[in-house]
Amino acid sequence: MGTTEADAIRAFSIHVSDEALVDLRQRIKATKWPERELVTDTSQGVQLATMQELARYWATDYDWRKVESRLNALPNFITKIDGLDIHFIHVRSKHENALPMIVTHGWPGSIIEQLKIIDPLTNPTAHGGSASDAFHLVIPSLPGYGFSGKPTAPGWNPVSIARAWATLMQRLGYKQYVAQGGDWGNAVSETMALLQPPGLLGIHTNMAATVPANVSKALAFHEAPPADLTAEERNAWSQLDFFYKKGLGYALEMANRPQTLYALVDSPIGLAAWMLDHDARSQEMIARVFDGKTEGLTKEDVLENVTLYWVTNTAISSARLYWDTAQLSGGGFFDVRGIKIPVAVSAFADEIYAAPRSWAEQAYPKLIHYNKLDKGGHFAAWEQPELFTAEMRAAFRSLRRA
Amino acid sequence: MFGKFPSSSRSLLAPQAAALGIVILAAQGVPASATSDATIRPFKVHVPDAALVDLRRRIAATRWPDKETVADQSQGAQLARLQELVHYWGNGYDWRKAEAKLNALAQFKTTIDNVDIHFIHVRSRHKNALPLIITHGWPGSIIEQLKIIGPLTDPTAHDGSAEDAFDVVIPSLPGYGFSGKPTGTGWDPDHIARTWAELMKRLGYTRYVAQGGDWGSPISSAMARQGAAGLLGIHINLPATVPPEVAAALAGGPVPAGLSEKERAEIDRLMTNAKNGNAAYFTMMTARPQTVGYGMTDSPAGLAAWILVHPGFAQWMYDADPGRSPTKDDVLDNITMYWLTNTATSAARLYWENGARGSVIVATAQKTAEISLPVAITVFPDDVYRAPETWARRAYRNLIYFHEVNKGGHFAAWEQPELFSAELRAAFKSLR
Repeated sequence: MGTTEADAIRAFSIHVSDEALVDLRQRIKATKWPERELVTDTSQGVQLATMQELARYWATDYDWRKVESRLNALPNFITKIDGLDIHFIHVRSKHENALPMIVTHGWPGSIIEQLKIIDPLTNPTAHGGSASDAFHLVIPSLPGYGFSGKPTAPGWNPVSIARAWATLMQRLGYKQYVAQGGDWGNAVSETMALLQPPGLLGIHTNMAATVPANVSKALAFHEAPPADLTAEERNAWSQLDFFYKKGLGYALEMANRPQTLYALVDSPIGLAAWMLDHDARSQEMIARVFDGKTEGLTKEDVLENVTLYWVTNTAISSARLYWDTAQLSGGGFFDVRGIKIPVAVSAFADEIYAAPRSWAEQAYPKLIHYNKLDKGGHFAAWEQPELFTAEMRAAFRSLRRA
Repeated sequence: MFGKFPSSSRSLLAPQAAALGIVILAAQGVPASATSDATIRPFKVHVPDAALVDLRRRIAATRWPDKETVADQSQGAQLARLQELVHYWGNGYDWRKAEAKLNALAQFKTTIDNVDIHFIHVRSRHKNALPLIITHGWPGSIIEQLKIIGPLTDPTAHDGSAEDAFDVVIPSLPGYGFSGKPTGTGWDPDHIARTWAELMKRLGYTRYVAQGGDWGSPISSAMARQGAAGLLGIHINLPATVPPEVAAALAGGPVPAGLSEKERAEIDRLMTNAKNGNAAYFTMMTARPQTVGYGMTDSPAGLAAWILVHPGFAQWMYDADPGRSPTKDDVLDNITMYWLTNTATSAARLYWENGARGSVIVATAQKTAEISLPVAITVFPDDVYRAPETWARRAYRNLIYFHEVNKGGHFAAWEQPELFSAELRAAFKSLR
């Protein structure tokens, strides 16, 4: 598809060496453990019993080759943008008027998060939808993540990534498209919406940045919540207050000293624990999974993603996105950015905070869709692919050509 | 084995006790439950060869990340320097030398509140020596204090006089080094302070002083606040002196008016430190000690990098300046001790335990207004915080000594042992 050498889009497939997989198993089996936490909950971090069951499963039952085959059954490509190899999955729908959509993962996620939504979105008639619900999907790996290249200099932040994604969509020949994301994917998609690259019709977010300035300030300074919050806003306040007080440690460390995390590239269990401890609700859910319960994610799901970080040795290069973003001046992760183009919001109940409709309406003057889901959390596409797919169809209906 | 020190055995408890063959005990293998009474058991360090072989094997097998994307250490320990240090750790470094140094000192364990407390105890040959309990912090250990034992206990050999002598007690914090690991919650600085008072009582000391930087500062301050029986006063080198209006400014409030140039400069410095993310490790360990612990426990390089992220090491040059203390061997002694005792996680829990209390340098957080005992402060210029005297006088109503010296940093005893010893002599002179 590329016209010049520099713009070339190369087909890509994944093959991790046997040696790397043997080494991984050896390391897991040789893990040196700390003693168990001193509490009976997750308040000191990921509990030893969870990690030991994860280690047992990872070293004995888990088979990376399965997900490798699934990935290689999809069209994978690499193209160089601003000097960096960008890996992406690109699945076109058979339906002619499918809406092109670029879906961006976050940390500690990856393209693995999006695998369950590919078929429902590109092939809707096989999944309870109609031809008019179809999407063409572009699912890139963030710079420093997965099979994308690792930046060797600072500067790959949501702004440069947003520009790179616009270049990618242009290079793929898409004249009109939408963007979607949660976590860093939200930061990137919202930044695209601010930059308004040609052809971007609108975005959908499952981790909307809607926190009003007075609320954000009160949270930052540990002040009392504004008196006029509604019950729904009050709930969002409580979720954010908990996150800022108890849940931000990993992000601060990665934003300030990503290179300190040598342990995460040398110790599989150190990596897995750090990744599991992303947010309280998802950690508790994953702990229940390793305790044998059936939840939105399976043991396989969790380990596919952790193994992807391991085999690509991207724990530190991915953490640098926090550092690079911290070099930008600008608001907090959940602060209103001032987007003018159409935005659709899905608020999942177990997300770090569930954006209230009232805040979403203030944050996005062109709010084209808002829905609150009573199940699903931070990894919405991964945990609740059917709900997520329905959200995508509803969210963008109004932006499709008639 | 013997109980409380009989006074007649005093001379046997000097550093040469080990050489006299008085005490031989395996480092590991004495379960905490073996003794819940007040016995004081001699202790020696002996790490099995297998643990050292395993450490070297893991070091050799280290899987490394790519290089940082900046030309300085603003992203954390730089790859090339860390690789060189870790390479030396696995190939040149010898733990047995540290072990020999430790075992040349009189070491003991006693069980307090069901946790084995390890400590070095060196009595001066000078009568009327002032008993002193010295508390390390994170990421330190008793290794930090080894260079001051001679000058403090044997002053006449180190530019001092007999009246400068101290008997020193240097415990390992619960969950650190050779002390036991708490199996329940509640071991916060206040609890440790009460434990140290019990330790000094068991040692038969009825009049003594306490000293500490880093965690040793809030612990020593808590002893003073609690009015531990026999405690005459404390010396601290990371004092809790930040006044409430300055703490509010640091949290984003308005900068108070009427500040002196010195106070203003210190606020700027603290703000710069915060902006540079120097306390990110503190936040993470306070919130999730167990999560941080897994990687540090399993990866020697990961442990080393996490320890070196402490701002106290910001100016450490990895032996580029060979005459400078701590040396590469000193730093590796300390890191190796964390590794061999598997205390990365248990040590991190002290931050979690302290969680509700907050900053160790804020006066109200540490309730300094409740301290009426004499307090002495030395400010080292390269420490993470340099308390202005004006703030120190507000925080501690009975400030008997305040001195700003011209060199030394966060690990003052380790970096400037002679200067540090001189400071303790001067600080406590009026309490003898």
